[in-house]
Amino acid sequence: MSFVAPEVDYAGLSPVIALTVSVCVVLLSAVFRPTERWAPGLTLVALATTAGLLIWRWGESADLVTGALRIDELAISISLVVLLMAAACVLLSLREPAAAQVGSGEYHALLLGSVLGMVLLAQAQNLVSFFVGLETLSIPLYILCASNLRRERSLESGLKYLIVGSLGSATLLYGMAFLYGGSGSTDFAGIAAGIGTESLLGDPLILIGIALVAVGLAFKTSIAPFHQWTPDVYEGAPTPVTAFMAVATKAAAFAVFIRFFDVALASQADDWQPALAVLAAATIVIGNVGALGQRSLKRLLGYSGVAQAGYILGGLVVASEAGVSALVFYLAGYAFMNLAAFAVVVARERETAFGDDIEAVRGLGAERPALAWPLTISMLGLAGLPATVGFIGKLYLIEALVEGDYTWLAVFIAVGTMISLAYYLRVVAAMWMRPDPAATATPAIAGASPEADPIDPEAGRRFYLVLPAALAAAATVFFGVIPQPLVELAEHAGSSLF
Amino acid sequence: MSNSLLWTPLAFGLVGLFLPRRAAGWWATAGAAVTLGIAIALLADFDSAAGLQHTVDVEWIPGLGVDYSLGVDGLNVFLLLLTALLWTAGTAFAAFREPERPGTFFLMMLLAETATLGAFLAQDLLLFVLFFDLMLVPFYFLFGAWGTDRPDGKTASAATLKMIVYTLIGSLLMLVAAIATGIIAADGGDITFSIAELARQPLGDGSQRWIFWFFAAAFLVKMPAFLLHGWMPDAYRAAPLPVLAVFSGVLAKVGAYGFLRVVLPLFPDATVEFQEVVLVIALASILYGSAMAFTQTNVRLVAGYSSVAQLGFITAGIFALRPDGADGAVLQMVNHGLVVAPLFVIVALLAERSGSEDLREMGGMALRAPVLAALFLIVTLATLAMPGSANFVGEFFILNGLFGAKIAYAFVAAIGVALAAFYALRLYQRTMHNRKPEGLVSREIGWRDGVVLVPLVACIVGLAFYPQLVLERTDRAVEASVAATADSGSTGRKPLYISENRPIGGEEP
Repeated sequence: MSFVAPEVDYAGLSPVIALTVSVCVVLLSAVFRPTERWAPGLTLVALATTAGLLIWRWGESADLVTGALRIDELAISISLVVLLMAAACVLLSLREPAAAQVGSGEYHALLLGSVLGMVLLAQAQNLVSFFVGLETLSIPLYILCASNLRRERSLESGLKYLIVGSLGSATLLYGMAFLYGGSGSTDFAGIAAGIGTESLLGDPLILIGIALVAVGLAFKTSIAPFHQWTPDVYEGAPTPVTAFMAVATKAAAFAVFIRFFDVALASQADDWQPALAVLAAATIVIGNVGALGQRSLKRLLGYSGVAQAGYILGGLVVASEAGVSALVFYLAGYAFMNLAAFAVVVARERETAFGDDIEAVRGLGAERPALAWPLTISMLGLAGLPATVGFIGKLYLIEALVEGDYTWLAVFIAVGTMISLAYYLRVVAAMWMRPDPAATATPAIAGASPEADPIDPEAGRRFYLVLPAALAAAATVFFGVIPQPLVELAEHAGSSLF
Repeated sequence: MSNSLLWTPLAFGLVGLFLPRRAAGWWATAGAAVTLGIAIALLADFDSAAGLQHTVDVEWIPGLGVDYSLGVDGLNVFLLLLTALLWTAGTAFAAFREPERPGTFFLMMLLAETATLGAFLAQDLLLFVLFFDLMLVPFYFLFGAWGTDRPDGKTASAATLKMIVYTLIGSLLMLVAAIATGIIAADGGDITFSIAELARQPLGDGSQRWIFWFFAAAFLVKMPAFLLHGWMPDAYRAAPLPVLAVFSGVLAKVGAYGFLRVVLPLFPDATVEFQEVVLVIALASILYGSAMAFTQTNVRLVAGYSSVAQLGFITAGIFALRPDGADGAVLQMVNHGLVVAPLFVIVALLAERSGSEDLREMGGMALRAPVLAALFLIVTLATLAMPGSANFVGEFFILNGLFGAKIAYAFVAAIGVALAAFYALRLYQRTMHNRKPEGLVSREIGWRDGVVLVPLVACIVGLAFYPQLVLERTDRAVEASVAATADSGSTGRKPLYISENRPIGGEEP
């Protein structure tokens, strides 16, 4: 009897290894006072290294760890979006009270842990690695949401996210059990094969499993009617964490959503396509209508994120290469637009006494054009106006939907966009136009105290806030005018599955 | 040359951001004037026998089948010139009045010019939709941030939001419809959005029907047509007048142009099928616009509602679906732009003299301002399509086409010609003649305003002498645009007919 050492593809695993090592290094840096100050720098280095390793593996598609993970262009492009948002989060977290309160080392280690989970999730093609990845990304986020210890809202946000997230995970696990029970495999490919050979098409066991997994993922990607936690958690969490969570979680969860539904459950497409299409339509309407009355910018962006998740889900529904490409393109564009918006919100939160209320950006056009322009471009982009990446993203999605014979869902996207104009443009109007005398300002932040949120009158000039905002806005316009590079990236990601 | 025409305004606008405050306006006016020069060169170089010329065709997003393709033909050459002309006038007029934050103001103004020129130049359906939507963004800022709030508490930003939501409802549906057109026409093959390509293979009947309405909604809102004009009164009252002059002069025409460029050639069967529905809307616009223009007391709204009526005429001319009607429509588009822009400039001058925009507080202004009165009189007579003016020729062609196509509609439309005299003369009389109210200063037009107004009026007079200038250059392209609808219906389908009816969504047969 001989023992065969398993062959490990270290090159393919290198991004995951790099992240795992850096989590430990950053955490250890917190042990000593002098080294704790290095945590943000170390985190940025770790993220840059991981990004470098991912780009190095670009073009490869290989199964890792006996097929539990798969590194391909879809995983890499989604991971790059995650890393971009994490790097932005590090910059936005400089001088963030939350980071100081839980300790800079721990804060950044948690962030890296969450990134690790997301990178794993983007590569997962096995029920076990899927679940492990999902929990690795969620648990640090629960803590990060509650990291502003002096704000009641932050603690509430963490607890709420924990409860809802656990419910989602439990539902997901339950669904996985059904699927494993039916198909006898945990591998995505094995599940697909099992459904085929065991003639389980349309079997209630499998259908229940699919439904439960879809619900579990819907919790993570904030798809209606499982979205209720989103605005509350977004509002309460420290804003840099919200910025990270809003895009990165969605990106990673959608990656596994694609892999699971378009690979493992492809043969069942006729069953889940209409159901997900209806969910997407409902999400678009509920998200956009919910955002209408919001005064808090973070809640507004939360609801807008719900609506955007509905658009993105449209790319999944058609289960085609064009759909996946459109989805990846939209996610990348969404990252830029959201980043610009959140960077400005962070700056104004620290600069004014209005917190994240819309009053905080009133008159910004005259006062701080360097912040007003990025937020304006971001809002116009999220609303899908031309010359921004948001327009091209919608165009891409609609084209994929019409090709996939889901023109009615494309019409929903158009209708949702119209509703969304009302609230995105309200933010733009607050920045550039005279106020409506009926709406009066109330300079108060719920659940905050001056000690918890000291005002930094220079925040609007700090390069680590202005630069990310400006760069993200520039990218929003650049990819709106010259979208081809990003389209090619998205096409690679789409073709790696089909 | 198409490229330089398109991007010159934006380039000037961006540079203007970095200039000192006082220079911004003149720099922008120079930019608009250079654009006008290019447009004139384009017209001088125009070959009325050739088809599309000065074409640019580059792949833009090959992955999605979208091309960056521009071109000039008889349909758009005069609209391009009109755009460049009115923008030069509007920018100069604004520069004299020195708006706040001039860098941003003039950037938006010139961005709007680029977007409008782009919509006229685009030969790719999606590029057209993109520019069509893009036009709205700068006007949103111009209306909202530099507009006037009403005393009754209705803010400019609220009025602008209403306008944006109204117009984007149409244009977003148009985006879906445009993409659907390309995909259905490709029928599984390579997707193209080239308007010329798509026109060669009209879609199936069922698809044409819903796609027609998605496009028509966008264009009718933009004009605005009766029932879809809800945004117009508020937006017109809020807008700064130099901006309103170009907005009313050019943007409404983009909608009418869209019918000729996109709807008639691409969806001929649906156009024939819904001809009468659109004609009814057009006639309702004429009657409603005229009646409202006659009863309003706000001078801006008189001009605004008169535009509704005029655009009704243009739509009726297009949907006569005969070359003479469409010829008249194109001429009338140019005429109306040339008339309404100076009208808004005059409205601004009147408001400056009386301190109000209410007709009831105006009068007797001709007393000390004979030159202004004379200029206004020319504009008024052109508005009411006095025989001898180019507007008369335009309306004559439109009515001619309509008589040939649907005689009953022509009778109703002819009433509109008479109604125009009512509101145009009322506006002139109430402001220039009558008793001069207290507090009104009758002042002659200054050289600054004269520089803006006189060239525009000169163009009206020039075109009145020689409307053939427009007609002989547009005729060929207009005929081609209308020709598609002539084959539809009676003689059956064209051989190139490819795609079968596809359902809107859901099940694949």
